[in-house]
Amino acid sequence: MPETVTLSVARYRPEQEGEPVFQEYEVPFRKDWVVLDALNHIKDRLDGSLSFRWSCRMGVCGSCGMKVNGEPKLTCAAFLASHLPGPIRVEPLDYFAVVRDLVVDLRDFLGKLKKVKPWLVRRHEKAIAEGEYRQTPDELDAYKPWSMCINCMLCYSACPIYGLEPGFIGPAAIALAQRYNADSRDQGAAERLEILSGHDGIWQCTFVGECSKVCPKNVDPAGAIQQYKLAAATDWLKALLPWSGK
Amino acid sequence: MSTDARYTPYHPRWYRRRVSVWWWLKKGSYTVFVLRELTSVAVAFFAVVTLGLVRAVSAGPEAYQRFLARLGTPLFLSLNVIAFAFVLFHAITWFNLAPKAMVVRVKGKRVPDAIVAGSNYAAWLVLSGAVAYFLLRG
Repeated sequence: MPETVTLSVARYRPEQEGEPVFQEYEVPFRKDWVVLDALNHIKDRLDGSLSFRWSCRMGVCGSCGMKVNGEPKLTCAAFLASHLPGPIRVEPLDYFAVVRDLVVDLRDFLGKLKKVKPWLVRRHEKAIAEGEYRQTPDELDAYKPWSMCINCMLCYSACPIYGLEPGFIGPAAIALAQRYNADSRDQGAAERLEILSGHDGIWQCTFVGECSKVCPKNVDPAGAIQQYKLAAATDWLKALLPWSGK
Repeated sequence: MSTDARYTPYHPRWYRRRVSVWWWLKKGSYTVFVLRELTSVAVAFFAVVTLGLVRAVSAGPEAYQRFLARLGTPLFLSLNVIAFAFVLFHAITWFNLAPKAMVVRVKGKRVPDAIVAGSNYAAWLVLSGAVAYFLLRG
């Protein structure tokens, strides 16, 4: 095992340079260290000016997504030991505007997330006195995998369609729409369909499948989108039938 | 507290990277994806050949023989081999992706991906066998 490992970190200081440059830092190698530990070591001991986002350090908050050796990853789960011998290249997520160093602008994603109404939509709210909305274990299983999304945006960074068509609603937002559509307590599927079947919705996706590969929570957004396509196409066909009443 | 602090609204000077025209060469899986999209050209090629064949059949035995002779030329043979390889690639990747798009539930339990893909392959084999039987029995 080496004593130290080199990190080649993308720096972008808008007051100083027009486009990102790489800066190398030598950090101690420890087999229990992840890339995020190394970045924190740099920030604490070597260069306080390095900017990056992080919070929970345990794969729950979804803040520390970056590209490690070209692959979108949660840096809190990317062990230095898995990226030897180095230098380990750390860059901000692809396709998002870079604000500074490793920090990207989240607003595009947050706006899209809100558009798909990722909450329970009810036509009539039950009175609190009537009790909770109950679900069977099977009804829970129907949406649970998609509910594991932590909004880390790795899937956007892996999606060339999002890079080429910035308007695309994108993998995580569609998977979360599907998460609520598949929830037996929700009645908002028709409202979401307008956004999802529109120009920037599911039909932009050509099933590259990379979003599901990089997802740290096994959400499978690619699957969610294809299943949504199938459902939307079936609904459309049914509406064409003379006895559909539409 | 000092009152002369000047607050300016935060306005970042973003850096936006442009996507290179060659993005699909940067990763093996992206290249495979673009190749899969290109297989549509091979599918279209076979459709056109089939239409040509139907036209030749309706134009009579002579036209049909001429069409067959043209298909036998090295140019058409090599085009056919390439197009066939692409169509095979198209079919295999399509069947492998099928379980992602189709979630089949039997008695509330999700049918494993291998069975969904496997039944697609089985149907492919059965249909190809039937076609081969009709074509080759005489």
